Amino acid sequence: MKQKYTQTILIIVAAAIFYVFIKTLIFLNVLSPYWQLVLDQSLIVTIGALGLSLIYGFTGQFSLGHAAFYGIGAYTAGAISKTLGHGSLLWFIIAIVAGTLAAALIALLIGLPILRLRSDYLGIATLGFGIIVKVGMDNANKVLPVLGGATGMSGLTTVANFEIIFIFFLIAILLLKNLIYSKYGRAFISIREDEIAADAMGIDTTRYKTMAFALGCGLAGLAGSLYAHRYPFLHPSSFEFLKSFDFLLIVVLGGLGSISGTIVTAVGWAFLLEGLRFVLGEQFIDFRGVIYALILVITILMRPQGLFSGKELLFMKPPRLKTPTNREEGSHAGLRN
Amino acid sequence: MPVLEIEGLSKSFGGLRAVSNFDLALGDNEVVGLIGPNGAGKTTIFNLITGIYPATAGSINFMGKSILGTRPFKITQLGIARTFQNIRLFKECTVLDNVRTVFHPRVRYGVIDAFLHTPRYAAEEARITERSLELLKAMNLDGRAEMKATNLPYGDQRRLEIARALAGEPKVLLLDEPAAGMNPSEVGTLVELIKFIRNHFKITVLLIEHQMNVVMNVCDRLVVLDFGEIIAQGLPEEIRNNQKVLEAYLGKGVTVA
Ligand SMILES: Nc1ncnc2c1ncn2[C@@H]1O[C@H](COP(=O)(O)OP(=O)(O)O)[C@@H](O)[C@H]1O
Ligand SMILES: [Mg+2]
Repeated sequence: MKQKYTQTILIIVAAAIFYVFIKTLIFLNVLSPYWQLVLDQSLIVTIGALGLSLIYGFTGQFSLGHAAFYGIGAYTAGAISKTLGHGSLLWFIIAIVAGTLAAALIALLIGLPILRLRSDYLGIATLGFGIIVKVGMDNANKVLPVLGGATGMSGLTTVANFEIIFIFFLIAILLLKNLIYSKYGRAFISIREDEIAADAMGIDTTRYKTMAFALGCGLAGLAGSLYAHRYPFLHPSSFEFLKSFDFLLIVVLGGLGSISGTIVTAVGWAFLLEGLRFVLGEQFIDFRGVIYALILVITILMRPQGLFSGKELLFMKPPRLKTPTNREEGSHAGLRN
Repeated sequence: MPVLEIEGLSKSFGGLRAVSNFDLALGDNEVVGLIGPNGAGKTTIFNLITGIYPATAGSINFMGKSILGTRPFKITQLGIARTFQNIRLFKECTVLDNVRTVFHPRVRYGVIDAFLHTPRYAAEEARITERSLELLKAMNLDGRAEMKATNLPYGDQRRLEIARALAGEPKVLLLDEPAAGMNPSEVGTLVELIKFIRNHFKITVLLIEHQMNVVMNVCDRLVVLDFGEIIAQGLPEEIRNNQKVLEAYLGKGVTVA
């Protein structure tokens, strides 16, 4: 079991190298402030996408409202920081915890009644919930003026920088990886593989579906909370149905049941979105929708299992086991008790 | 006191009475065969015992306590494990993980241990991994522990289902047509395996099986079902020559070996 820690050290070393690399690019003026913003956004999107990866990729629960939880995190954290925080680090932490918990608790409330059922009601319920949240954000100023309503919420202090976001990105990856390679991960995956069999094998499926949903939405909330501290402005359109679809695309394109796939695709996706803005120019920006659809169709045709098809990069793999390779044919007397 | 006691159990699907007035008492360390033509209601009885379907009428007591209305995962945790006629493995998982998953309720660590991979996590994982490998070895599957379940040959998949059920440490094991689709040599191994399970784990086995040679070889007694009702029960040699049973089978075109 020592290998587990070797792997963690490997990830931290890889992260350190990546960090130095980015800092060098910034120092050499290769990475302009604009692209730094895109990079930060890509890390934030990855954290949120990891949440959906847990819910859909590992546990098999189809959710169409992931961006709503991202939005709940952003608005909760944003409102706290704006009214109370004014840029203080302590309030930043409080706001992030609050944004994460708000998303997770609301997910728990939605998940408990719906996830008792064995069908795909979660997809429908989360779709409806996403629409409700969007309408709520558009009209939030009527209840709480600080939330800004349809014109958005402005005047946020950008407390989060690349370092802070990167640390949260790493923590999210490490904790999720550890969870997946534990009895909880096995319970989640068994539900995805065959819910009836999981139930018949003693897994409390309702409980673990709800746990995966709440944790996954909590990650969306965390991502939203970071977003609210990286950009001075929140707008309801950033959290509408199409954004939920973005998360879904990332998880499906990366390959269901692959943390590495989600990370690589999420980062790639964020850069692709901005890259297209340059390639297409402002006039043709609406063609991005066509390009998304094409990428989706081509990937599904060429690699229906997604880019990583359930596999992991080396440092995300489970520890290898030393199993006896010499099978004693036809004997089953080797049992100890 | 019987380990499992079923009385007056009935199940209707709409107008169809799949099981009617079924009685069965299973004693300690018994192997009982449940046979009957296709559509007789055998699998439905398993689904009723394991709580997948609610019963229309009747009672099911496990170790003296009613388990009617108990959710399936609870029934399994109480000590009734099963396999499925139409294999239901966790296909994309490794052979080892199929077994390890079932240890879940008896793994003693919490969420924090899982997030941080604490020494307690490591110790428990090592323990259940070893236990799982022992079970796989007993099923002669340990050399394939890291293969994906879906890539196993058919006979191995059936044996993995049994290993997985045993990982639940059951007192009663329900096997639904474990020999279906196996070749004669695999069937021979299976017969030995069921005897081994009975002797080694000291558990009670209720076995649904089509192949007469299997039930004749391993069962202490047989219960014969047709159209949801018991038409005969007794020792294997009694059943072999029972006129009603022969008619039920021959009428459906199944030969009695
Ligand atoms: N979920 C269900 N809904 C409706 N009918 C069912 C269902 N499950 C089983 N049946 C019917 O109940 C009868 C008994 O089926 P089953 O228990 O699977 O038979 P066996 O296992 O003995 O071959 C069959 O007529 C089957 O069609
Ligand atoms: Mg059947």
